[in-house]
Amino acid sequence: MLSLDQIAKIAELARLELSATDAAALQQELNGILAMVDRMQAVDTRAIEPMSHPQQAMQRLREDRVTERDQREKHQAIAPATEDGLYLVPKVIE
Amino acid sequence: MHNSTLAKLSGELGAKKVSAVEVARYYLGRIASAKALNAFITVDEEKTLVLAKAADARIAKGDAAPLTGIPIAHKDLFCADGWRTTCGSKILENFVAPYDAHVIGQFKRAGAVILGKTNMDEFAMGSSNENSHFGPVKNPWDTAAVPGGSSGGSATAVAARLAPAATGTDTGGSIRQPASFTGVCGLRPTYGRVSRYGMVAFASSLDQGGALAKTALDLALMLEVMAGFDERDSTCMDRPVERYSTMLEGGVKGLRIGLPREYFNKDLAPDVAAPIRAAIDELVKRGATTVEVTLPNQHLSVPVYYVLAPAEASSNLSRFDGVRYGFRAQGYADLADMYRKTRAQGFGAEVKRRIMVGTYVLSHGYYDAYYLQAQKIRRLIARDFAEAFAKCDVIAGPAAPSVAFDLGVKAADPVQMYLEDLYTVPVNLAGLPGMSVPCGFGAKGRPVGMQLIGNYWSEALMLRVAHAYQQVTDWHAKGPKDWS
Repeated sequence: MLSLDQIAKIAELARLELSATDAAALQQELNGILAMVDRMQAVDTRAIEPMSHPQQAMQRLREDRVTERDQREKHQAIAPATEDGLYLVPKVIE
Repeated sequence: MHNSTLAKLSGELGAKKVSAVEVARYYLGRIASAKALNAFITVDEEKTLVLAKAADARIAKGDAAPLTGIPIAHKDLFCADGWRTTCGSKILENFVAPYDAHVIGQFKRAGAVILGKTNMDEFAMGSSNENSHFGPVKNPWDTAAVPGGSSGGSATAVAARLAPAATGTDTGGSIRQPASFTGVCGLRPTYGRVSRYGMVAFASSLDQGGALAKTALDLALMLEVMAGFDERDSTCMDRPVERYSTMLEGGVKGLRIGLPREYFNKDLAPDVAAPIRAAIDELVKRGATTVEVTLPNQHLSVPVYYVLAPAEASSNLSRFDGVRYGFRAQGYADLADMYRKTRAQGFGAEVKRRIMVGTYVLSHGYYDAYYLQAQKIRRLIARDFAEAFAKCDVIAGPAAPSVAFDLGVKAADPVQMYLEDLYTVPVNLAGLPGMSVPCGFGAKGRPVGMQLIGNYWSEALMLRVAHAYQQVTDWHAKGPKDWS
């Protein structure tokens, strides 16, 4: 069972601000979901290789050359805040 | 016009009995009169008509393709250059895509017209379309019912004759279940058949784009345009695209239909089981045989899916941080606070829930017990299908355990909502193609779909089975009384 402290820790890892009400609701919902998911624990999978992907193909490689055109202005036009071609965020280093 | 199939409309456009502009205006008019269904998030008449005029010019020059001038509704997670692409989320509420998804580009090359962007569960997470920031979609057969999800807007658009066809995506059943709930045909192709470039990512080892339409022939015409190699999606397979629309004849004589024991048990409502059994009997009457198969790990599919999909989602959705595009919260103390507030205010409840589950199952100390265990059972589920396909050519069963449920009844309990997906998620875990084909009606006159599951790359065979069924039945031609 997840405690409220664990919920707060997961929310911090996920960069989600939670109110006390949100946290209590999520605690209950996540515990419900994990109880359903726990059906998996009864299966002996010691000899089974994990399957991460439906196709067993290798990742394709390509030549190491520039293929994208510069579309900085078009792509920055949809950003919340930019200046001189740079994305603006709150100050990180004092 | 609205009861025409895509194939018929294509013939009329080619013969210049009607223009692409007339067709587009007609459907735009229907969409405007169907606002109560809430099937569309964005309609842009001006942009649609520009594309329709270009289609008419192409038809006039005599180089039309089958889809030239056909208006198509797109699930609002396919980026279309210059179109708002919200993914049903507040965090992308004002996001205007700066480029075309591969699928959108393919439709443009074919001369098809973008009719609008359809409503959906936020980030494709949901089985009822109640998780949209833009409000729920109504089922046109009965507006007290959900249309299913997450491609609920696309399914309602086709069912209510607001579009001749629509795109959708299917990560855990998001094409097949709404198709079943709204009485339309839906196809999720094999994982890797359709490029996902420009399709907003939810769970990358499960997501696949597909289509919804009235008939198997219409789906074949859609898939011919959508499928194919695209080097911009590293999971897209380099295989030739078949001419699906020319491979529909041939019937089902001698075909072995596998009936999974686990798909016909107490979990399946009797009013859904009866039409599906009747549909299978119809195929047997046409020369198919049935064989019982077993998918012994099917009961683990929902638990496995609800570990893997949230894990992948928590990683994919980390890109929404309020920096490069999308919503940014007002008023924050520092960068980390900006991320936390932006994501808290920008994502809805179900998306947050899945990000939380995903973050937890990937976190230190829990990874092996949840994520790795789920990936191992995923292999067992895929093996079960491989063994079943040694005995049969195609699998048939239900797409959903009941007919469409009422709005609100499952919204409060996520686990109840997740259990809706028990017949669809195994297909995604294995990476197989699946369809839902209308086959009758259950309780309250709500539609029932038969699910067909094919082996890898067997879309042509599945479409042939559905087409054979539609030659001798007319369930696919029935529409909701207020809309057909």
